[in-house]
Amino acid sequence: MTEHEQLSGRPEFDTIAGWVAPEATVLDLGCGDGLLLKFLTGTRGVKGYGIEIADENVLACVKNGVNVIQSDLERGLQGFDAGSFDYVILSQTLQAMRHTEEIVLEMLRVGRQGIVSFPNFGYWQARWQVAVGGRMPVSDELPYQWYDTPNVHLCTISDFERFCADHAVGILERIVLHAGRRIEFLPNLLGSLAVFRFEKRH
Amino acid sequence: MGPDDTNLPRSVGVATPRRLSFARPLRLKSGATLDAYDLVFETYGRLNAARSNAVLVCHALNASHHVAGYYADDPGNIGWWDNMIGPGKPLDTERFFVVGVNNLGGCFGSTGPASTNPRTGKPYGSGFPVVTVEDWVEAQARLADRLGIPCWAAVMGGSLGAMQALQWTLSYPMRIRHALVIAAAPRLSAQNIAFNEIARQAITTDPDFHGGDYYEHGVVPKRGLRIARMLGHVTYLSDDAMMEKFGRALRSGKLGFHFGIDFEVESYLRHQADKFSEYFDANTYLLITRALDYFDPAAECGGDLAAALAPAKAKFLVVSFTSDWRFASARSREIVKALLDNRCDVAYAEIDAPHGHDAFLLEDPRYLALVRAYFDNVARGVGAERPVTTGAALLDEGEPLRVVAGGGFAA
Repeated sequence: MTEHEQLSGRPEFDTIAGWVAPEATVLDLGCGDGLLLKFLTGTRGVKGYGIEIADENVLACVKNGVNVIQSDLERGLQGFDAGSFDYVILSQTLQAMRHTEEIVLEMLRVGRQGIVSFPNFGYWQARWQVAVGGRMPVSDELPYQWYDTPNVHLCTISDFERFCADHAVGILERIVLHAGRRIEFLPNLLGSLAVFRFEKRH
Repeated sequence: MGPDDTNLPRSVGVATPRRLSFARPLRLKSGATLDAYDLVFETYGRLNAARSNAVLVCHALNASHHVAGYYADDPGNIGWWDNMIGPGKPLDTERFFVVGVNNLGGCFGSTGPASTNPRTGKPYGSGFPVVTVEDWVEAQARLADRLGIPCWAAVMGGSLGAMQALQWTLSYPMRIRHALVIAAAPRLSAQNIAFNEIARQAITTDPDFHGGDYYEHGVVPKRGLRIARMLGHVTYLSDDAMMEKFGRALRSGKLGFHFGIDFEVESYLRHQADKFSEYFDANTYLLITRALDYFDPAAECGGDLAAALAPAKAKFLVVSFTSDWRFASARSREIVKALLDNRCDVAYAEIDAPHGHDAFLLEDPRYLALVRAYFDNVARGVGAERPVTTGAALLDEGEPLRVVAGGGFAA
């Protein structure tokens, strides 16, 4: 495995790296073990910082040599000045946020552009499991049972697009993936992971 | 010795303090000059051939150069950060060369108020100049020159020690690769200064203080020093930690209806105060609290901390403790924000530990794991991943001192 493949741990990493301008400044909210930032630093030469609340993830970031600030996203981005980052990323964290509206608006206050990725609840298997199986969906993207899931705000691609329209958020790009491949046809049905790049609509 | 043995944390063993004399006058921030001075220091581990693995550990209010290990003639006297520093410990002396130094104005061997003033032949006492964090860093830089350390792999400290680490990144940005800034504040608050002032008042109003020249009178302002220590000690602990440790437990099981010791916490404070007043110098207490008060790198930039930290080139680990009310986490976040504004590399952890300000000295597995991981990165950056086999000689080793039980040096 090349270093690139090792670092490109999640399918959306390449998509996000493709969108981020070289040498840009990046704030990664809920950065986990910091591998996305490490990937973006390695491939795009960004100056990146992660925000993370869990002790074990802060430690993992330090081990990965990534800048990390331990903080609770649910309290917003109080310490961060408006427009102080080129991109603010929320990768696979949106669905686990309680204050969803606030954080998306905070992303666009602090960053010139926002990037989110989230599991698409409109993916056909999820729909099938609910509609036919009568059970809450469980999959690779949504590996939790209903009673132990951290995901409190699951949405579909159409839901997120409606949210953007209602909140004066202009979508710049959208890439929908399944099993690492790009889905162009019926993305809200056939894609399991959505990645959006957006900015404040003027 | 197998590789597994080297990973087991253990003591650095017997430590030997050393003394270096500096003849070049040191101009202080106040404008005063120290014509000549001594610094007492200890080292652990070996300087590598590239001289790239040296770590300076800075002490806070009441500690010293004795950071790790113990003394051959006083084995109970264990270094104040021994849980952090040693072979296999978070700051691993197999890989790093660690230096601890007693700061100017101290009372553990470096030139301070109790030292003889060469101009008068008497103890400095009240004549010892007020020293600042910047002055300490200047003296530490001269120590580094004498030892032959061009650039620290890291400078590390907690509380006032952290302020020195931060100051290093500003005074000598090219001579420090990493700063570990633990339980810090970028400047004292009015409340912090107020506590220091009460402590100083306790000392200076003690009838045995004699305007700071008590040495000549053969007395020590112990009452004042005791109260200063009690007050300080309370600010190092959290309310919860004190309640957990002492609660409202009574010494004799019932109220005495007197003003002697009723509660366990009173007994504890008096014991701490007695111990402290036996070995610590009152003038040093005044000086060090003043150095704390005066530390304010942002002051020269109109209060703009980000502008003040602009010279910093080092990478930072900043750690705070949620129960620390002396230097609360919000104070560390001010530092982090300023570093971020300068696009400095920084990792910031807020450790949810119950012990208050003193947590930086205690064993919290998350905290120690973090420092260990950070030093692994430091080691990679300076070529210190492996134990030092071929070392470099120090330019000047200094004069070894022998410590006797009960404190002090023997000839």
